[in-house]
Order: sequence, then C-alpha cells, then structure tokens
Amino acid sequence: MSQLLLGLINGSFYAMLSLGLAIIFGLLNVINFAHGALYMMGAFVAWMLLQYCKVGYWPSLIIAPAAVGLFGVALERALLKRLYKVDPLYNLLCTFGLALIIQGLFQMQYGSSGMPYQIPDALQGSYDVGFMVLPKYRAWVIGVSLVACFATWYVTERTRLGSYLRAGTENPTLVQAFGVNVPRMITLTYGLGVGLAALAGVLAAPMTNVNPTMGEDLIIVVFAVVVIGGMGSIMGSIVTGFALGVIEGLTKVFYPEASKTVIFVLMALVLLVKPQGLFGRTQ
Amino acid sequence: MPRFHVVTFGIMLGLLIAAPFVVYPVFLMNALCFALFACAFNLLIGYVGLLSFGHAMFLGAAGYAAAHAAKVWGVSPELAVLFGTAVAGALGFVVGWLAIRRQGIYFAMITLGFAQMIYFFCLRAKFTGGEDGIQAVPRGHLVGFIDLDNPAAMYGFVLAIFVLGFLLIYRTVHSPFGHVLQAIRENEPRATSLGYKTDHYKLIAFMLSATLAGLAGGTKALVNQLTSLTDVRWQTSGEVVLMTLMGGLGRVTGPVVGAFIVLALEHYLAPLGEWVTVIKGAIFVVCVLAFRKGIMGTLGGALKLPL
Amino acid sequence: MQVAVRHSLAVAAILAATACEKKPEATPEKGAPAAQPEGTKAAAGGKKIKIGILTDMSGLYADLAGKGSVLAAQMAVDEVGGKVGDLPVEVVSADHQNKPDIGSNIARQWYDVDGVDVIVDTPTSSVALAVSDITKTKNKVFLASGPATSDLTGKACSPNTIHWTYDTWALANGTGKQIVGSGGDTWFFLTADYAFGHALERDVTKVVTDAGGKVLGTVNHPLNATDFSSFLLQAQSSKAKVIGLANAGGDTINSIKQAAEFGIVKKGQRLAGLLVFISDIHALGLATAQGLELTSAFYWDKDDQTRAWSKKFGEKNGGRMPTMVQAGVYSAVRHYLKAVAELKGATDGKAVVDKMKATPTDDAVFGKGTIDPNGRKRHPMYLYAVKAPEESKGPWDYYKLVREIPADQAFRAAAASECPLVTAK
Repeated sequence: MSQLLLGLINGSFYAMLSLGLAIIFGLLNVINFAHGALYMMGAFVAWMLLQYCKVGYWPSLIIAPAAVGLFGVALERALLKRLYKVDPLYNLLCTFGLALIIQGLFQMQYGSSGMPYQIPDALQGSYDVGFMVLPKYRAWVIGVSLVACFATWYVTERTRLGSYLRAGTENPTLVQAFGVNVPRMITLTYGLGVGLAALAGVLAAPMTNVNPTMGEDLIIVVFAVVVIGGMGSIMGSIVTGFALGVIEGLTKVFYPEASKTVIFVLMALVLLVKPQGLFGRTQ
Repeated sequence: MPRFHVVTFGIMLGLLIAAPFVVYPVFLMNALCFALFACAFNLLIGYVGLLSFGHAMFLGAAGYAAAHAAKVWGVSPELAVLFGTAVAGALGFVVGWLAIRRQGIYFAMITLGFAQMIYFFCLRAKFTGGEDGIQAVPRGHLVGFIDLDNPAAMYGFVLAIFVLGFLLIYRTVHSPFGHVLQAIRENEPRATSLGYKTDHYKLIAFMLSATLAGLAGGTKALVNQLTSLTDVRWQTSGEVVLMTLMGGLGRVTGPVVGAFIVLALEHYLAPLGEWVTVIKGAIFVVCVLAFRKGIMGTLGGALKLPL
Repeated sequence: MQVAVRHSLAVAAILAATACEKKPEATPEKGAPAAQPEGTKAAAGGKKIKIGILTDMSGLYADLAGKGSVLAAQMAVDEVGGKVGDLPVEVVSADHQNKPDIGSNIARQWYDVDGVDVIVDTPTSSVALAVSDITKTKNKVFLASGPATSDLTGKACSPNTIHWTYDTWALANGTGKQIVGSGGDTWFFLTADYAFGHALERDVTKVVTDAGGKVLGTVNHPLNATDFSSFLLQAQSSKAKVIGLANAGGDTINSIKQAAEFGIVKKGQRLAGLLVFISDIHALGLATAQGLELTSAFYWDKDDQTRAWSKKFGEKNGGRMPTMVQAGVYSAVRHYLKAVAELKGATDGKAVVDKMKATPTDDAVFGKGTIDPNGRKRHPMYLYAVKAPEESKGPWDYYKLVREIPADQAFRAAAASECPLVTAK
C-alpha cells in the first residue's frame, strides 16, 4: 500500500516528463532526447537561484521552468528548425548531442556528486496516514503534477489554441493557409514541453540531490512510457505515466529485482499487441 | 572487389599492422573492437536505413557471455568469443523479429527499450556481477597453444577478427543481398512490389549486424579482461551512432575512421575530464546540422571516389 | 591518365586522413602518455619513483578520498624531501569514476606506458579488485587505502597488494558487534549492489548470527542511488530492530536523510551506518547524525600526533579535516618510501611488498603497526559515537571515543582469511 503511494510519486514525474515529450512529438515529430538534460537544468536553475540570488523555492517554481523554456525556444530556433526537412532521425541525434553537451557542462562545473536542496519550510514534516508516514513534500509533488497535467490537457483539448495545435499536427500547410503562424506555434510548443520538464526538475530537487546525471536514466524510462501510451497522445502519456509508476511500485513489493525491467517488458508486450500504443492513433 | 577498394583495404591493413609499433596496443585493440562494432551498426543504418539505438545490448551481452565462458567454464578464447557471438546472434533474432515491424523513430525507440531490458538484466542477474562486472577474465591460449597474454599474439588475434568481420560486411554489402537491402532503404514499398519479402531481408540484416556486434563485444571482453555495465549502457549505443555518423553513414570505411577518431578523443583528451562529453555532443550537433555525410562521405564526394 | 591521377589522389587522401587521425597518437602531447608498445618499458621504474593516486575525483566518494588523498600522498613525499636516495618521487592522479572498466584501463596504462610504480587509494571495492589483479600481473605495488572489501586479503589476496586502512571485517567486528551487543538482534540490510556492499553485508551477517541474532531481509540498491524511499519502507515493514546501511559516502548520507523524512527512527527502528566517514557526518550535520556509532581507524582529534598532522593537512585542504582514507594514503606512502629507500629501487613490486611486510610500521596517524602475510595492515581500530550538537565545541569536533579495539582483535586473523598466500605456507 505504501509502495503504491510511492509509485504514484514516481509516476507523477513520469507523467510530467512524458507529457512534455508527447506534445513536442505530436507537433514537431521530434523525439526530444535532451528532455532529461533539460529536466536536470530545471533543478539546477532552482539551485543556482537559491545559491547565487537567494531566490527561494516558491519563486523558483515559476522562474526556473520559464528560464529553461526560453532556453528551449532558443534551441529550437537556432538548431532544430534547420532539421525539419530531413529525416526525423536527425533531430533525434541532434537532441542527443545537445543532451551530452548540457550534461557535460554541468558535470564539469559542479561535479557529479550532487548538490543538496532543502525542502521549503512550509512543506517540512510529514502526515501520519496510518499505514505509513507520508512526508508533506511528497504529497505536494503529487498534487502539483496532477494540476500541471490537467492544465496541459485542458489547454490542448479544450481551447482554441489547442485546436490550432492539434490541427497543426494533422496538416501544417493547411493551417498555415488559414493564417496561423505555424513556425511560431511550433517554437512555443517546444518551449512549453521543455518548461514542463524543468518544472518536474524543480519539484524533484528537494527530494533527491540536484545532480547533473539525474535526468540521464530517467529519460529512457520516460521514452518507454511514451511508447506505451502511444506517441503524441496527451491523455495517453498522463495516464500511462501514473499507471506505470504504480505498477513499478507494486513490482518492488513482489519482485524488487524486476522493478526497472517491468516497464520495458510492458513496452515490448504493448508493441506486439497494439503497435501504436494504448492510446495512440494508427499511423 | 574493384581495384580501388583493394588498394584502400591494403593501405588500411598495412597501417594497422604497423600501428602497434607506434601506438599503445591495448588502445588499438579497443579501437579495432569498436571499429568492428561500428561497421556492424553501419550495416543496419547505412544499408537498410534502420537506426538502432540499442546496439550496445549485443556488444554487452556477447561480452558477458564470452567473459563468463572463459572465466567460469574455462573454455578456450576462440570458443568463448564464438559463444558470445552466438548469444548476440540469438538475441538479435528475438529483438529483430519484434523490432522490424516498425520503422524510423519507432524502431529506434523499440531497440532502445530492449537494450534497457538487457541492461537491467545485467545489473540484476547473479552471474554478471552487478556493478563489479566480470573481472579477471583469462585471455587463455588460442587453439590450445598460442598464449594470448603475449601482446603481439593478442593484437594479431584481434586484428584477424576485425579483418574477417570487415570483409564479411564488405562482401554482404556488395552482394545481391546487399543490393536488395539498399533497395529497401530507398523505397520499401517498391521493393515489396518487386516481390521481395522485405521483412525477411531486414531480419537477416538485423541478425547479421547483431552477430558481428557480438563478435566485437566478445573480443573486447578478452582484450580488457573485463566486462562491465558500461558495455550495455545506452550511452554506448549513442557512442556507436556518433562513430558511424562522423565517419560516414553507408560508407564501408566510414565507421572505422569514426571509431578511431572517437576513441582517440576519449583516450588522449581524458585529462580534460568532462570536456570529452561536451566535445562529443558538439560533434554530434555539427555532424547532424552541417556534415551529414560524415568524413569519408564528404571526402569521397570531393574526390569523386567510392571510399 | 585521369584514372591514374584520381587513384594517386585517393591514396594520398586516405593516407592524409589516416595520418591526421593518427597524428595525436604518435606525437605525445602535454599530459598525454608517451606511446610505447606494451611491455617494453619494464625498466621505467629505474629513473624515478611514480606514485599513482587512483581515486574518485568527482563522484560520491570524492569528499572522503579524492583530492585529499592526493594531498596526503604529496605530504608524505614532501616529508622525505621529494626523493628517495637519488630517485625523485612524483605523484600523479586520475579519476576512476567508480567504474571498474575505467579504473582498470587507467591502471593498465599507468603500468604499461607511464611508468607508474605504485597505485594508492582506490575507494571503490569493485575497482580495487580489478586493480589488484592487474598489479599482480605486472608485478607492481597496490596500496589499498580506500576500498573496504575484505576479499582483498581473503579469497582475492595478492602478493603485490597491501590493504591499508580498514575493511569490512573490521567494520562488522566493530560497529556490528557493538549494536548486537546492545540489543539489536534482528537486522534488515540496505546494501549497495557491488563488491563492497555484499562483502560488508556478508561480514556483518556473520557477526549477527554468531551472536544469536537474525537477518530478516536484504534489499540491494544501485551505486549512487538518489531515491531510497521504497527501500526504506521495505526495511520498515520487515519489523527488524536494526536497519543496517551496507553502503558508503553519498549513499549513506542520502539513506540517513530520507530515513529521517519517513520517520523511521521515530517509529522505533535503529539505523546502523556500517561505514561512516567524518566527511559524511560533516555533510549530515550533528543534528541528524548524533548518536550514530561508527568504527574508524583514525580521528584527527585522537592525540597530539594526529592533531598536529591533521592541522597541517587541514590548512592545505580548505579547513577540511582528513578522513581515515586520506590518513591511510599518507601512512601507506610513508611506509612504501621507507621500503623503497632500503631496497634502492622500486622495479620489483613483490620484493617491495615483502620488504614492507618485514618492516614494522610507525607513523603519525596510525602509530605503530604491522602487516600480515596476506597483505592486511594491522593497527588499532576505534569505536566512536557522534556527539550531540551541544556537546560539540567547534567545527569538526564530532566524535567521542566509546572504546579502542586493540590491533590484534581489530582485524581478521590471517589464518582465517582463506587467502591462498597464507594457506600455502
């Protein structure tokens, strides 16, 4: 039971990261390999804000994602834009290179042992929920990520902007013809997706150390989440993210050795039975 | 073999035979293993157009298998390498059978997923030694009497394996089978409509690539007398993409050049620490943006030669 | 004609391409090793003594070893005037990143190409085992101050290796016994999943079961994990009285911190940090760490000698006091140089180690000691308890002595070590 709850916390990170990947993939057709590195950047920006500017946790929750989002916008404008005409695989490789650069730079500057980041005072302490002691901060993480996921879903599925986005995915030329500035929309989407990753990074900062390699392995799991959920599907990535966190938590109880493998086993199964993913459209 | 390729190949072989007198042999042997690994990878991406982002699983699985066979079962080195190669080939069959159903990015993701599965298996399984890896693997005696602890003999052994693997790839690429593969890369529906069972071709190419990657992995385990998790990590899969991309996709000699350059970077810039990662990343970005044909591709284009 | 030109052009181009690629290899640059074929440089030790500090420079053990270890070695070298006889002594260092493949590559290259005579430190057991193996093949010397696994002087012992500072057997014998003795008789282990964690768990388990206690379960976590919550909850639901942390450095720090977050100690379970360094206490702060019992070979504030040496060390290390690993590096290098001075050379690694074993040790940090035939350095160990914040008189005033474990009891008897070097005799 308590492992379930922990799974849900992990799941909220999976969900936020895979959500960002999904909207980027949906519109840009780009697998953003730099997502893990940008998640790490989010955490580091929060840490740097505290260290160098004495800006605390709460403002960082807004500033860090915005800063990283802007950085993402710059990346998209400067590099990714040039690659839309060639095979999408090149974009994958380009973001992979970017991930190496970002991670290498941070590692050079801050080493790889990680920097501590304190839990904000208001969220110190824990609730005793009977079957376990739930630290307040972890409860907060679940809450924030649910809100963030719901907000993103609402924007893409229920607003006019979202309908442009979805239409742009289907047929960019036609949408362009209707007078919508598709390139700008693409840039903003990339910024938004990256911002979500950074938000997840800030949320993770007090739970673990802020570490240059923190995104490195997480990103691969998140890829699996996206594949299972169906590439580009918003709802799919949210639901799968949380669900896989829980499944992983359950495996930890019954067969801890397999807890990391189970996601990839599921991925293989899903691909065999339903290659487009659980919530994906057929190609 | 056209005369030009014979000349190229002769020069390459000459350099490789002379190299250990100038360069640290252990480094060279590692570079040869990675060159073979990259050539095997290139067979897929360069000639079938499939980007596998999990090729390290074949390198690592074969490494673990060969190391285990040599250390625990005490078999001779050539059998250990063969066993490793066979394991990689079998793994290649299973993964390939599942993965070739999809193309492009999906294919890359699926191979990556399988590679992670293998990674966690190697992390958790008892015989792989977790974070320790399999250490102190004996090099043993080749066919019973050639002592591979002698650096010259070991180098000869590795060079022979590399040359065999390289020639096999060369032969495959320039055979009718290879031409069908390239037809699939250019236009799969057309190849299908011409009556080729493209899935069969893709699966065979995938298995061949996996097997040769395994050959490289098994040999590498003996060279370093160690197999560790680094060999199965996804970063290694990324590295082989970098080697191939930098050398030139779909050029026979490209991956060899790429592998040597990347390893030389890592080896000689190691005192710079994390700069190596940054430089590798920058090379990736530059290659992708401006230099998609790679070194040998660009060079070949400039000289109008099939390098 | 044209074809011929094209051909020669091509050949030239390939030559140029490969030459370019080879160039950095053929001409050694600054910091890059001179390229030499394997084995031809066996006599490299003749002109100079090279001490290689192979350590963790940037990872989770960087604080307890890392640059401090290099400094400690340099201090030992400076004390003998930078040379032994007329052989100058040089200290080089490298980062093994806690990965056996990287560590063994560096070790191999140091011995083959760079003429390193002795490798010191290596605070990761898996790397240490690999280095010990290579050292034996190349007949050099390995002075293991950093690693913990008692296998280095057990199953995997080598005539070229001396295990210097501490080991898992000594930790189990110190901390483990103490906790079982005070009523902690059911255990659950959180084990770092590599050579060290497993060795520590094994040695403590033996102590626990010998004393009539029981081990209820174990969970392995990867090296350098960040999230321990699920492991800790498993430990909690096992209802064991003691949660044994068979990990080190950053992993121990994180598990203790997160245990506090989930209220593990409040709910009545005891945490046993089986390998805790003073740098860990410094990072945790006394408020979190108070009351923790730990075994150490060295504490800077033990006596006048250690205080004097540590003060010198601290001045060069930004005020940070030495850990037992760093002190061990100093002690090991001192003794090594003594042996080399007597032998007037360092070329034959086994001879140097035999000389070191034959000579009793005496230095400012560990006092008097001996070296067992299996390569186990023997000195007293100390059981300390971490002070409460109000007991501490200043920075780095962290430990109070519980009791001293005399040298003959602190480490495993050579006869019981399963080391082939001993059983063969």
